[in-house]
Amino acid sequence: MGRYIARRLGQGGFVLWAAFTISFFLLYVLPSDAASIKAAGADGDLSDPELVARLRAEQGLDRPVLVQYAHGLWGALHLDFGRSFSSGAPATKLLAEALPPTLQLTALALGLALAGGAALALASTYPRARWLRHTLTSLPALGISLPTFWVGLLLLQWFSFELRLFPAMGNEGFESLVLPAFTLAIPASAAFAQVLSRSLRQTLAEPYVETARAKGAGRARVHFGHALRNASIPALTVLGVTVGGLLAGAVVTETVFSRAGVGRLTVTAVNQQDVPVVQAIVVFSAVVFVVVTLLVDLLYPVLDPRITTRQPSAAA
Amino acid sequence: MSLSTWPSGPGGRTAPSRRALAAASLAATALLLGACGTGGGSTADGTSPGPTAEPVPGGNLTFAVTVDSHCIDPQQVGNNDAIASARQTVASLTAQDPDTGEILPWLAESWEVDADATSFTFTLREGPTFADGTPIDAAAVKTNFDKIVELGAAASLGSAYLVGYEGTTVVDPRTVRVDFSAPSAQFLQASSTFSLGLLSPASAALSVEDRCAGKFVGSGPFAVKSYTFDQEVVLEKVAGYDWASGADDHTGEAYLDTVTVKFVPEASVRTGSLLSGQIDATAAISTVDLPQFDGNGFWLAYRANPGVVFNLFPNESRPLAADPAVRQAISKGIDREEIAATLLTPQDEPATSALSHSTPLWADVSDDLAYDPDGAEELLDDAGWVKGADGVRVKDGQRLSTTVTFWQVAEPLELVQQQLAKIGVDLQLKQVTVAESTELKKSGDFDFDYYNLTRSDPDVLRTIFSANARNINKRAPEEVDVLLDRSAASTDPAERQELVTQAARLLVQEGHAIPVYELSTTIAAADTVHGLGFEASTRLDFYGAWVQQD
Repeated sequence: MGRYIARRLGQGGFVLWAAFTISFFLLYVLPSDAASIKAAGADGDLSDPELVARLRAEQGLDRPVLVQYAHGLWGALHLDFGRSFSSGAPATKLLAEALPPTLQLTALALGLALAGGAALALASTYPRARWLRHTLTSLPALGISLPTFWVGLLLLQWFSFELRLFPAMGNEGFESLVLPAFTLAIPASAAFAQVLSRSLRQTLAEPYVETARAKGAGRARVHFGHALRNASIPALTVLGVTVGGLLAGAVVTETVFSRAGVGRLTVTAVNQQDVPVVQAIVVFSAVVFVVVTLLVDLLYPVLDPRITTRQPSAAA
Repeated sequence: MSLSTWPSGPGGRTAPSRRALAAASLAATALLLGACGTGGGSTADGTSPGPTAEPVPGGNLTFAVTVDSHCIDPQQVGNNDAIASARQTVASLTAQDPDTGEILPWLAESWEVDADATSFTFTLREGPTFADGTPIDAAAVKTNFDKIVELGAAASLGSAYLVGYEGTTVVDPRTVRVDFSAPSAQFLQASSTFSLGLLSPASAALSVEDRCAGKFVGSGPFAVKSYTFDQEVVLEKVAGYDWASGADDHTGEAYLDTVTVKFVPEASVRTGSLLSGQIDATAAISTVDLPQFDGNGFWLAYRANPGVVFNLFPNESRPLAADPAVRQAISKGIDREEIAATLLTPQDEPATSALSHSTPLWADVSDDLAYDPDGAEELLDDAGWVKGADGVRVKDGQRLSTTVTFWQVAEPLELVQQQLAKIGVDLQLKQVTVAESTELKKSGDFDFDYYNLTRSDPDVLRTIFSANARNINKRAPEEVDVLLDRSAASTDPAERQELVTQAARLLVQEGHAIPVYELSTTIAAADTVHGLGFEASTRLDFYGAWVQQD
């Protein structure tokens, strides 16, 4: 078990390095740079090339790319990504300030997605009425295909602009969290429901379920007691991906709902080619992904003792 | 009814053009007809802002802008959304009359400019202080200007105004002299901008981070109360502010207790939020949504941005754009009236010069910008460009095909493209990101560039076009540059007017400038908002704004 975790952490380290490196060079090959963007005004740009060159030198953007990269990587190892070019604040501080609202949003969305997805999966397998099961089974495909952007605007139109139940913008209070969390939860819950319901249907067709029924177990007991636990393994795998998807979805959701958070910070930083901030966000997202995937893997044996984390060679 | 829906205060002072007046009276007729047809409604219920309404102090105004660039330091910011907050936090040495362009007193009660516009001496008013109570004296002015020059490109607008800055001399506590190494007539107008607005000397010592985060101490009618990135800026009125500028309609403190500037990136959300009363006003309603705010409990006010209008800028180091016949034909082949009539709001106007009509010293040279497709074809025929099988002209095996690079909305240029196709010119459109556009300007790798530039002083013409300044055309010096460079040294308004007008006419005639249309800024606000308007540079001014309390 210890060796397994060490190996997984090693892989995680590689993922972080790769994320850092790829994002650095992607930003580097984009035309222009943070200094030119900061110096350019609103419309036509009147900046003096000599002054821009001085600003570039002050921000270390005139150094050879590999020196910038090595410097950035060394800093990142010490959790120091440097200062934002646009605001002058440390990138980690900006990320730390943007994190709480995004965590609230994604946590609520994840809760809604789990509850909604599980409920839909059970509802689409449990009823006796065939037409009802069929209708409910087709819902997740619809949920996945709805663009988050459009769903967000639609919810705003109904619940904020017309009914005036929830604020259209901002981070103040729980009510500002409701619409964005639902928006974010819809595609996540749909993916979760789709996998869980298919897995449930497969499990319900297994011989041991027949045996349970033959022994006189009721419909509810078979469904919840025997099938659900076994059927939840594939859904757990999807969950790992879903958490990553929620972070990505926060970019769109926070923009539509004018919420401060990591998503908005990402948009601003990418537009301004604010390398330190983008890199802090990329590395953070990679950490989340690595940790969630690891946790999911560690949960498999808990759900199904037949799955082992030991490597085949270690088992031999 | 219609005229009463125009706001009182600075917004109402903008000189509406004939077009706008016609539009307003049309709207009035429509509203009256509507009112008759529906038997009333909300027209004469007294909630619409009337010019006679007495300002009521107090309350909050929530205003939406689009993006947060994570900095609201007036000396550093350059984008309109940040300027909306920053402008309110500083007072400047001078102010500018939005109607006449005249420079009026603000923190300086008087000034003198030497004969060749290299030395400016300001006499400061007695009494004004920074928001923390420290007096605004000559030494503070020096600290500010020195700091802006030190900030360099980070203070891009301010440092552009201070090109050739030799230094500031404290003559006595209330007298300060600013010297330049070359004539700089534009500096007097620049001293009225927020970019050269004054922060307390202690603020000059703050880190870039603290300044951007709004921790500076300013001199304007409002101070930053709080600033949350990507969410909002809350400005609160400065108690005891008593140094209104000569361009203001009232004196003393601002009417509003607070102004909340919200960052709302989505256009449809700004529209919905204004309709549902979640914001009071915004200057960022998309063109298609504007009509629903003309009446119905809302009002619109607009002003053309002063400065250089949206222009096609030929890069004359390229063979095609180097040919005067091609440039002039393109200018003649653009139907500016059609663009304004079909694509733009009634508030946007066709260009009448390289400068917009709200720029001081602007003169109408639209007789040189008339739509003349026959003249254009004749020019091209004479220059040896013959129409090929696909309708595009050819000369010596070369097609008359060229590219315009831009990042702005594409529709006006798409129409220009169609119009030019009729005279046998193939204009390719290349839409790039803002960052790419910045890079292209630097490298000069374009046939035609396209942008506008907001500045309430005609010197912007020299800055862009003079072969001795930015030289956007990448051409050798010629007659027009003498005029432009002389205008920078001229302190006599009549002489400067003459030089600027001649230069603008020459630029248009030679096809160095191919103006298309004027950018304007439109405020949409609820009827409860009064007195919200524009200062001379078409920046928002909250000093005279007030909200009706229920």
